[in-house]
Amino acid sequence: MPAPEIVATLETRFSATPFALGVEIPKDSLLTALRTLRDAHGYRYYVLGTGTEGETSFEVTHAVRNLESNDTLFVKVSVPKDAPEVDSIAFVYAGAEWQEREIWDLFGVTFKAHPDLRRILMPDDYPGHPLRKSFAMDTPWGYRKAEAQAPEAGS
Amino acid sequence: MSALFTGWIGAAVLSGIVIAGAMTCVAYMTWLERKFVARMQNRIGPYEVGYPHGWLQPMADVAKLLIKEDITPRAADKILFNLAPILVVVPALVGFAFLPLGRRLAIVDHPYSFLFFTAFASLSLLGIFAAGWSSNNKYALLSALRMVAMAASYEVPMILSLLVPALLTGSFRLTAVVEAQQGLWFIGYPVIGQVAFGIFLLCALAEGNKSPLDILEAESELVAAYNVEYSGIKFALFYAGEYAHTLAICGLGATVFLGGYLGPAFLPGFVWLLLKCVALFLFILWIRWSLMRMRIDQAVRIMWMFLLPASLVNLLLSAYWVVGR
Amino acid sequence: MSGGPIEVVERDFGELALNMGPQHPSTHGVLRLILHLSGETVIKAIPVIGYLHRGVEKLSEHLAYDQLAPVYERDDYLAPTANSNAYVLAVERLGAIAVPRRAQWLRAFVSEWQRVSSHLVWLGTLGLDLGGALGGGTTLYMYCFREREKILDFLEELTGTRFHTNFNLVGGVRYDLDAAMVAKSNALAASVEAALPEFWAMSGGNPIFQERTRNVGVISKDLAMGVGITGPTLRASGINYDVRKAAPYDAYDELPFEVVTRTAGDAEARFQVRMEEIGVSLKLVRTIANGLPTGPIFTRKPLKNPKATKLPKGEVYAAVESPRGELGFHIVSDGSARPYRLKINAPSFKNLQIVPHILPGGLVADVVAILGSLDPVLGDVDR
Repeated sequence: MPAPEIVATLETRFSATPFALGVEIPKDSLLTALRTLRDAHGYRYYVLGTGTEGETSFEVTHAVRNLESNDTLFVKVSVPKDAPEVDSIAFVYAGAEWQEREIWDLFGVTFKAHPDLRRILMPDDYPGHPLRKSFAMDTPWGYRKAEAQAPEAGS
Repeated sequence: MSALFTGWIGAAVLSGIVIAGAMTCVAYMTWLERKFVARMQNRIGPYEVGYPHGWLQPMADVAKLLIKEDITPRAADKILFNLAPILVVVPALVGFAFLPLGRRLAIVDHPYSFLFFTAFASLSLLGIFAAGWSSNNKYALLSALRMVAMAASYEVPMILSLLVPALLTGSFRLTAVVEAQQGLWFIGYPVIGQVAFGIFLLCALAEGNKSPLDILEAESELVAAYNVEYSGIKFALFYAGEYAHTLAICGLGATVFLGGYLGPAFLPGFVWLLLKCVALFLFILWIRWSLMRMRIDQAVRIMWMFLLPASLVNLLLSAYWVVGR
Repeated sequence: MSGGPIEVVERDFGELALNMGPQHPSTHGVLRLILHLSGETVIKAIPVIGYLHRGVEKLSEHLAYDQLAPVYERDDYLAPTANSNAYVLAVERLGAIAVPRRAQWLRAFVSEWQRVSSHLVWLGTLGLDLGGALGGGTTLYMYCFREREKILDFLEELTGTRFHTNFNLVGGVRYDLDAAMVAKSNALAASVEAALPEFWAMSGGNPIFQERTRNVGVISKDLAMGVGITGPTLRASGINYDVRKAAPYDAYDELPFEVVTRTAGDAEARFQVRMEEIGVSLKLVRTIANGLPTGPIFTRKPLKNPKATKLPKGEVYAAVESPRGELGFHIVSDGSARPYRLKINAPSFKNLQIVPHILPGGLVADVVAILGSLDPVLGDVDR
């Protein structure tokens, strides 16, 4: 249960709507909101970053924690499916770098100004984004032929 | 003794005897190591092959390595790649010819046999460098780098500490060195003997690539490093060469510090030498299998800051001893 | 913007790009580290993961809540019940399902035994990394695994399997302890505790080991919080955060134990934190075994149709303290019998992210020491 004062602050400053684990804020205030949380309110510990697919939008959620008051806050933004792009917070929380890469890899949401956006769990040339509901589970991905991976000299 | 076997045929026969004897010892040293280490680790070690207690295990290992495919990397430097195992094994085997097995029982009894022995022992490191360079593999290259930085530099305190027995004897002939220990083994000489032996032991660990100084072939970092590209008979030669080298160094240590073939008469001299050699070998094994590995900068620092000055001072002290005697 | 395969470019003469892994004795699994070296010094380190990705989160969307608990035991395969414990906690929290007290204590019991077992693996493999397969490390490894075999035999007697014990159910646990097993557990705890001083002497008390781990891979507090590392790695950097105290679950709000912290933040501090945690866990298993409350271990109606449990719409997050850190499950439910989206907050995934920050500047030998002190499990990283 997130602390009510923080929720109230975010409601007024960023027109946030609360939900069970935290707040949902508009896409464009993500960077400012998280910067404020980190610098002004002491939420300096990064917990997780995850994505969910809705009917017409993706939801990108970041969870941050204030270790002094032991409060975990989930900050959610909605990203339209036809333009799945949101700001990257990798320069606000270093731990978001790999979590955002995973969301890109599995959902296809791009992160603006991410230092190194490439696939993390799937192979680099994998087609598609596996965790989307539209990803067919029986899509065969052919076995790559050997000549594409000829061993080179050295290690 | 070399007068008995003259000419090319004699030399060939003698070489055959040395090689056969040395390689048998080496093979059974591997068995001894595996059993000893297994008991240290609460296991049994080789058991089935040659039931009981796996005394045929070395034979099985050699046979397996011989029948494996011999792979040479496409871009490896062929000449050096094939030369390296030989460079590692041969100098170690040559050293056995110099060890005196009894009074007037050294296969080569040369006035400078001590120097020859140490010179040949150092040649093995060249083989390691050749292997690391010619494999065209970054892991092997790192190992060659480390060899030049570390193992070669550990030669210096070793030679300096080995000079102490030579100084105390007054000669470089190994039989003379052993004879000079009739009254008291050189390790027993207060301070200078023990310090020389201690430094010699540490450098022997570095030479033979044993933990804590097995930085050259750090299993967990470089994964067998300089011999990572070798297979089959060449790998067998590296493996045997490592043990032959260790055994030769132990033999040298037993000869110049522990009295060689000297001992009570109920056992022949060469048995005493063998016992002392094995005791030294087991001691080195005990250290090897108990301690972690040092980092290369720490190992080099210890050599330059501690071992080298200590061995120099020790040499000076022994010189005073000899002059004052 | 999905780039092609990673290009490994050696910038200038004197720089070597070395590929450590994915098959390597010291990378703790299939981890690939691209190291840019200048001589022996590391200039840049890029971890490449995904070799063990099994699509567990996608699989979760196709199985029912009651079927899913055993699946997660394969993630962090060194402490399997921690994963399923976190999962069932999340499901019970969202579904408001009551768990009997005895079951909670039993969950803590098995979790603590698996913490000991996981830390023994960590110690043995750290010995292997630092000492080499042909050296002193193997001896430490053999001793640690001998103790661990006893623990696994005990777990086999309790549950039927050694590792993936299938212990946790939504709403309780599957197996119970009787008085004979309690006595066995106490005897086992005593024997493992008796072996600990020898392990300390072989590792932490050894000057060579101290030289290899002191001031190696120092993680500052700010870096730790920004990256979000968890577990013993975090506590070794001076931040006192343990999920068992901060957000108590199972029986931990009733059990007395201390949280081990250090301030140095180097590999030696992480080593000491984990070694002391073994001692703390051994005391805990004795406390739990001797104080088990009576009662049932599973009180839901018998599951005639395991696919029938529906959870209300909503989101939940629940975490446990696994041997590697905070292991959390974030479940989004749409009111059906299957999770709509399930995200595993894997501690090793977050801990591994610190590698590009702390490896540069050290030597190649430090790479293995740092990786060993971080204790990653690739099943947890890749899921």
